[in-house]
Amino acid sequence: MTEIFPRPAFTPTTRFAVPGRIAVSGRAAALWQTATLTEIRRETPLAATFRFSVPAWAGHLPGQHLMLRLTADDGYVAQRHYSIASAPDDSGHIELTLDHVEGGEVSGWFHGVAKPGDEVEVRGPLSGFFAWPGDRPALLIGAGSGVVPLMSMVRHHRARDLRVPLRLLVSARSPQELIYARELGAETTPVFTRSAPEGVPVGRVAAAHVAPLLAEQPPGGWEAYVCGSNAFAEHASRLLLEAGQPVDRIRIERFG
Amino acid sequence: MHVTRGFTGRPRVHNPGLPPGQYDAGDEWPVLSAEVTPDLTPADWSFRVDGLVEKPRTWDWAQAHELAASAYEGDIHCVTSWSKFGVRFGGVSLDTFLDVVRPHGSATHAVAYSHTGYTTNLPLADLTGGRAWIAWEYDGKPLAPEHGGPARLLVPHLYFWKSAKWIAGLRILDHDEPGFWEQNGYHARGNPWQEQRYSGD
Repeated sequence: MTEIFPRPAFTPTTRFAVPGRIAVSGRAAALWQTATLTEIRRETPLAATFRFSVPAWAGHLPGQHLMLRLTADDGYVAQRHYSIASAPDDSGHIELTLDHVEGGEVSGWFHGVAKPGDEVEVRGPLSGFFAWPGDRPALLIGAGSGVVPLMSMVRHHRARDLRVPLRLLVSARSPQELIYARELGAETTPVFTRSAPEGVPVGRVAAAHVAPLLAEQPPGGWEAYVCGSNAFAEHASRLLLEAGQPVDRIRIERFG
Repeated sequence: MHVTRGFTGRPRVHNPGLPPGQYDAGDEWPVLSAEVTPDLTPADWSFRVDGLVEKPRTWDWAQAHELAASAYEGDIHCVTSWSKFGVRFGGVSLDTFLDVVRPHGSATHAVAYSHTGYTTNLPLADLTGGRAWIAWEYDGKPLAPEHGGPARLLVPHLYFWKSAKWIAGLRILDHDEPGFWEQNGYHARGNPWQEQRYSGD
């Protein structure tokens, strides 16, 4: 279900940097559904993937997120936004990849208590602005768990055998902490900030990583998706601007 | 109520100031802009109010700073579920600007827009009566660019996506028009106390 909005009579003279990509169904977003944990996969020492069965899941686009809710027996509720890691065609299943956050009440439950068969509640998919329907060349830049929504895009690209260009530049502290390392392929350039394999330089994402990607301009140019901490998002978005990426073709998801 | 097996949650501190589904972010102030933080200096900044008003007007940085100062001390609430308590913003009450332009009797809503082109819609009633500000100071210091500096709209009784960063103007209307997040699935009004997060809430 897509909602049709009346065409706004007012648009500012400045074109917004990131016009929304899709309208989102309010109905799907408003509904809390039960999600049953079916599998837990260790990704890195800090991160694990949690696979859920959600039979009535309305489907999502790569890059969208959901809201997840845990309830204690006294009625106390904790809810968090999480990016969806899985591709849309995973019928009736969704996957989330969660870091174990020091002192985190929700991530602490997932990493310390949760086991297959447990039930949580989710609502979504949410937000259209970071969604990538697979229609435009995609330049993806992520750091740490910021790779999660970008991986949904990579998986979608592969599952549908899309021909539209896609590149992933991903920053991790070390090879051991690179989420989805086994799945990353020729589309991906990993960058390691603290320790790297023999012969690979250690350092932050830099102009030297971004420039070659922008040098190979696909028809219509890249749509850039940046995801990570605020500090990383500021850094990566400036590199993109300095390399000539238009400001209105950079979408940012900052992990608060 | 759907109890999660084995979930206890953090220790409960009853806080009547915490809206439903929110948690206290403490000293953290997460940044959640969808766009690149603009390079905007006070010299480049301006604020315009037009639309259904008697006297449309643009203020530059110096002119806006000549208006009577007004501060907000209280709480802010982000739709992503963090709340922040006892923050201090300084600026000018939006009433002061609206008193100059004089909205028509038919005016009901406004679209706030940023120097980046970001938009968000608000009922006029949420922007008047001492409940909204143009803010350029946080904790006595200039507002940082990533938090909307040089100046942002501040409407603290609604979810914080309504408090447009890098505020450029208000267009006063006689009807409601969804802004950026409102077209992307978010609620038209965004009242934290009624948990109006998404369209349909």
